Amino acid sequence: MTLMQKFLGAAATLALTAGAAHADPALIYDLGGKFDKSFNEAAFNGATKWAEESGGTFKDIELQSEAQREQALRRFAEAGFNPVVTTGFSMSTPIAAVAADYPDTKFVTIDGYVDPAEHPNVLSILFAEHQGSYLVGMLAAMASKSGTVSFVGGMDIPLIRKFACGYAQGVKAVNPDATIISNMTGTTPAAWNDPVKGSELTKAQISQGSDVVFAAAGGTGLGVLQTAADEGILSIGVDSNQNYLFPGKVLTSMLKRVDVAVAESMAAGADLETGVKALTLEGNGVGYALDDNNASLISAEMEAAVEEAKAKIIAGEIDVHDYSSDDSCPAINF
Amino acid sequence: MDKMPAWADAVLVPLISLILAALLSALVIIAIGESPAAALKLMVEGALMRSAGWGYTLYYATNFIFTGLAVSVAFHARLFNIGGEGQATLGGLGVALVVLYLPWPHWSLALVGASLGAAAFGALWALIPAFLQAKRGSHIVITTIMFNFIAAALLNYVLVNLLKPAGAMDPASALFPSATHLPTFQQMFSSADAPLFRGAPANISFFLALLACVAVWLLIWRTRLGYEIRALGHSESAARYAGISPVRIIIVTMLISGGLSGMMAVNTTMGESERLVMNATEGAGFIGIAVALMGRNHPFGVLLAAILFGFLYQGGAELALWTSIPRELIVVIQALVILFTGALDNMVRMPLEKLFLSMRKGST
Repeated sequence: MTLMQKFLGAAATLALTAGAAHADPALIYDLGGKFDKSFNEAAFNGATKWAEESGGTFKDIELQSEAQREQALRRFAEAGFNPVVTTGFSMSTPIAAVAADYPDTKFVTIDGYVDPAEHPNVLSILFAEHQGSYLVGMLAAMASKSGTVSFVGGMDIPLIRKFACGYAQGVKAVNPDATIISNMTGTTPAAWNDPVKGSELTKAQISQGSDVVFAAAGGTGLGVLQTAADEGILSIGVDSNQNYLFPGKVLTSMLKRVDVAVAESMAAGADLETGVKALTLEGNGVGYALDDNNASLISAEMEAAVEEAKAKIIAGEIDVHDYSSDDSCPAINF
Repeated sequence: MDKMPAWADAVLVPLISLILAALLSALVIIAIGESPAAALKLMVEGALMRSAGWGYTLYYATNFIFTGLAVSVAFHARLFNIGGEGQATLGGLGVALVVLYLPWPHWSLALVGASLGAAAFGALWALIPAFLQAKRGSHIVITTIMFNFIAAALLNYVLVNLLKPAGAMDPASALFPSATHLPTFQQMFSSADAPLFRGAPANISFFLALLACVAVWLLIWRTRLGYEIRALGHSESAARYAGISPVRIIIVTMLISGGLSGMMAVNTTMGESERLVMNATEGAGFIGIAVALMGRNHPFGVLLAAILFGFLYQGGAELALWTSIPRELIVVIQALVILFTGALDNMVRMPLEKLFLSMRKGST
């Protein structure tokens, strides 16, 4: 059976049993590529985990150009893949453009937002990054000896400011007099993959007294973590658990469970519930990483303090301000 | 009698180059454990056997026609314009400013306005290197390629600081008003019973590209200016002796070339994304060089070569969708074709020329 026949077969099956639950899911990575050790790779890991557990298969593609965004969505939808999961906020505009043409296909945009009233077959998955960043901010402030901590962002967009804002609030909650230095790598998507600049920014922050640095910068973060380890200060990873990259040098990682989001979407298959889903501390959609690699860095008191704050955030007693709600931040100026 | 026949020059050389590139690509595909026959079948079926595939092939081809024509016009004056990328980037800015800030009642008027805006911005971007070449002797290859980087940085600044709607994550302008959306092939040729070109980005600017081919042919071979351009290209001293001002011809040629590159943006920015995004050109400015080389700087050859490269782009996308060939190797395959048809042209041409000459000697 040639490849083409398989797809025609898949399309025909879909036409016959529109919305059937046995269609394979598909995954579209953003331009950063599949193996970025961070955001897209988390999506790949989630899909792989789902495939291993369920014995299913999935189709994936790394985009090469802007024109392929819509093309990949349409081709997967036409071939009967369901749901079609995408990573990155850049996919939300193309999904809004094609979703109405394929009412039987479910689309998932992770980090993007598509109006559920206009497009009932789209699931927008958003994360409460500010809550997870708040917790790692507390850890940073407790681990810091100099009272100065820092943040390296990737591209300067509201999403990354949301990370920085939550982080700054966590730091201030522990030490109101702490100094927070914040730098963004750039204003274009190239900022997601510029470890050299990440390294330079880290060195500049160290010279200003920082001894804990939080990188929310995709591939650029690898340069930040590397430099922090070389210069003997602590760093905080992002998205995936990056503690293992430099054991004993990475204080913790702000987890954003993209892998869980992908695996759950794929497990739901064609019956996926659409709308807008926010993944928060409650249900561990975001969090901080604790494993053998950083056990020596996090004392029992630190852990207790963070766990207490986590419980309070879930209970609503601590309200972490979300930068994207009003484009401003009480704890830090950009 | 030191030339091979025209048909061999125009058809045989590109064909042999293409076959060599295909053979090497096949080896690459075998090396990563996939079947080249299946890959080729997938590319042909995905790009040429479905109307939507043609829609993508022609969309990419439209870009390459404009940039290919731009390079070939400059070639006729022996100017090597490798700044198509930057000129098209600025052309996109021209399109966006015209469409966003002027109220257009109908797309047809907007198309005319946007084309003029794109051509004007592209031409202006080529004017500075042209002036430096004509007056100061700064080599156009160096200046145009440097202007590509300046254009990218400029667009970057404009998008992030001036055109980006507040609160948006993407460095992109606002969506263009719906009155300025160009009719796509789907809207033009599709009917309820026969849905054609579904979702494909090919749009009316393909016909603009065809018009540009005719216009360039008329310009180069049927006008006084075209004669002057070719004369300068053949011999500057002879042209000067005949009263042709090299300064004027260099500047005018580069303005035309830059304008053609800029007009590519009508297709990408107004036709496809309907907003100005970063990196909308996606290398088409450089592909234009290969297209012009392969098309022997003739508009008809450029048209055919552009469609071939459109096929490679769309076929490559199909490979990425349906096989496990990684995207880096798809770029390798596309690059092999460019290498053989563009850069290594003489590798095929010279032995072939010798062959034809020896055959001719043998027969006399």
